[in-house]
Amino acid sequence: MGKMLRLNMTDRSATLQDLPDAYKYLGGRGLTSTLVYDEVDPQCHALGPNNKLVFAPGIVTGTPAPTSARISVGAKSPLTGGIKEANAGTAFSPAQAAMGLKAIVVEGQPADKGKWWMAYVSWDLNKKQPTVEFMPADEYAGRDLYEVFPELFKRFGKVSIAGIGTAGEFLYSNSGVVFEDMEGRPARYAGRGGLGAVMGSKGLKFIIMDRKGAPGVAFADKAVFEQGRKKLTAALMEHAITKPKGALNSYGTAVLINILNEAGGLPTRNFSSGRFEGAAKIAGEAVFEGNKERLGKELYNHACSPGCIIQCSNTWYRPDGTEHVSCQEYESIWSLGANCGIDSLDVTGELIKLCNAYGVDTIEMGCTLGVAMEGGLLAFGDGKRAIELMHEVGKGTPIGRILGNGTDMAARALGVTRVPTVKGQSMPAYEPRAVKGIGITYATSTMGADHTSGYTIAPEILGVSGKVDQFDKDKADLARNFLEATAYIDSTGHCLFIAFAILDIASGFEGSVEECNGVLGTQWTMNDVGRIGKEILAREVAFNRAAGISKAHDRMPEFMKYEKLPPHNVTWDIPDETLDAVFP
Amino acid sequence: MITVHVKLFATLRQYRPGLGMGEAFPVELSHGATIGDLIQTLRLPDQEIKIVFVNGLFRERTDSLADGDEVGIFPPVGGG
Repeated sequence: MGKMLRLNMTDRSATLQDLPDAYKYLGGRGLTSTLVYDEVDPQCHALGPNNKLVFAPGIVTGTPAPTSARISVGAKSPLTGGIKEANAGTAFSPAQAAMGLKAIVVEGQPADKGKWWMAYVSWDLNKKQPTVEFMPADEYAGRDLYEVFPELFKRFGKVSIAGIGTAGEFLYSNSGVVFEDMEGRPARYAGRGGLGAVMGSKGLKFIIMDRKGAPGVAFADKAVFEQGRKKLTAALMEHAITKPKGALNSYGTAVLINILNEAGGLPTRNFSSGRFEGAAKIAGEAVFEGNKERLGKELYNHACSPGCIIQCSNTWYRPDGTEHVSCQEYESIWSLGANCGIDSLDVTGELIKLCNAYGVDTIEMGCTLGVAMEGGLLAFGDGKRAIELMHEVGKGTPIGRILGNGTDMAARALGVTRVPTVKGQSMPAYEPRAVKGIGITYATSTMGADHTSGYTIAPEILGVSGKVDQFDKDKADLARNFLEATAYIDSTGHCLFIAFAILDIASGFEGSVEECNGVLGTQWTMNDVGRIGKEILAREVAFNRAAGISKAHDRMPEFMKYEKLPPHNVTWDIPDETLDAVFP
Repeated sequence: MITVHVKLFATLRQYRPGLGMGEAFPVELSHGATIGDLIQTLRLPDQEIKIVFVNGLFRERTDSLADGDEVGIFPPVGGG
């Protein structure tokens, strides 16, 4: 019997409840979005007492399912004003699952602000259930997370951590929820949408998860689960993108810098061009070669979380051979690199490290800096000044507070009209004018401008699950299909990167469904994937509508309609009817 | 004869050792040569090639090349 743990921050009480029957087949994003839809007033202030922050591992998280240690974090977003699910790969997720906690719900708000708390969750061997102790956390506030995490591990031993940096303490709309990676670094973020501020608004600095003695995840039908696990594992081991020493294991996601640059779809200097002359210097190949030169050997990538067999995370080293940061992902290198006119991995590495240290989402931060450059606060390409401004963000100076609250806020403060956001959230590393389907996704996703909620880049650029023309406009169905399938994958607890394999290898997709059946005792088939995705999206859309987000917000920024993007000189020309056809 | 400018990426870089980051190298082909002809001329293993861009546009093996074309060749890659 699955449980829910409520952490009430008004009176610092913890309540363990049976998971309601209506939720028994939900996990990950399906559970966070359903709980937020059911319990959060869509008109509430995202940083007030009535928002709730939900942590949910996926359906198969905590089992031997490959690449399944993902956690969903959900709430009303202070950035978009709508529903939000952010996702991270971390041992925290299987730890929570092992305790039988399908969801942790953080609610309420302390009356006395300015004091920080942590919730220590451990397994009570006598009562055979989780137990919670609230402890003061003031000594960790205001500090660099790279200093704090080792102190926490020294104090509590082998535990998992969920928390916020100074960005969350300052309630920035661009603050994320941090988790530890396999080496204990504060580097895995449920980053997008300002969920760190929601946690901060409740006075909660950390959740410490100690799984010692916890029973683990039970199966309804172990044989069915095993059958599914084997099929999915086989697909991941076979596909050129996900297999050992394949594309992701060798070059990581940063390999996309060069391909999007060739395609003319790499947003450059605040979305003013689709090509960056410095792209080759900051791409995955440059990471690989740079490390090889600095270490004297070839370095392949590692897993962000237990049980991942794709292992796509890199580590970047300094010229003297010491570790600089893990990891430099495509999105982060792009936003703090190409989008800022910066062509040095040492600079992007430092900026990424500071985003991790202070607790902000790298995509949003890079777009904010791009707008700040456009607005004359610093020059495009000025890495030194960008690093100084990151410290201001972390320390909460007036300029830091403007920048820490995201791209829309910075644009307004600086009088910038080229603002690459939808529903207040910044666009990721794919230019919508050059790749129309991802543009339709940015416009219509319930999450705001978002690429992980419907990765149409797979067929549009990468040739995965077929090939469609990047400039083709008739893509409402494509966008919707990806949004639905992704909402399902986001609920399983699997990393979205299994999609590269399972979209091409059908038995892998079937395997993922059988894994769920093995855990839940359901009889799902491939036909249920779309249904499950549709149900989740319907709740998210309904929440957004009630929050005041209408179809009028499923639109792209005006400048993209008239500014021609080099090198293809294309504009955003998708008719409104196409956008409105995604969620009719 | 025509000359095209070729860039190889990711794991395909091993077939042209010493190539700089993002550096293009010239290849002479006969007039009307296709992308398939280019791949053969370069002696690249065809099954390792997933995506070919010519002047920023996705092209099939059967498409023909013109003088001065910029070609980018990729193996299967993925990301986020």
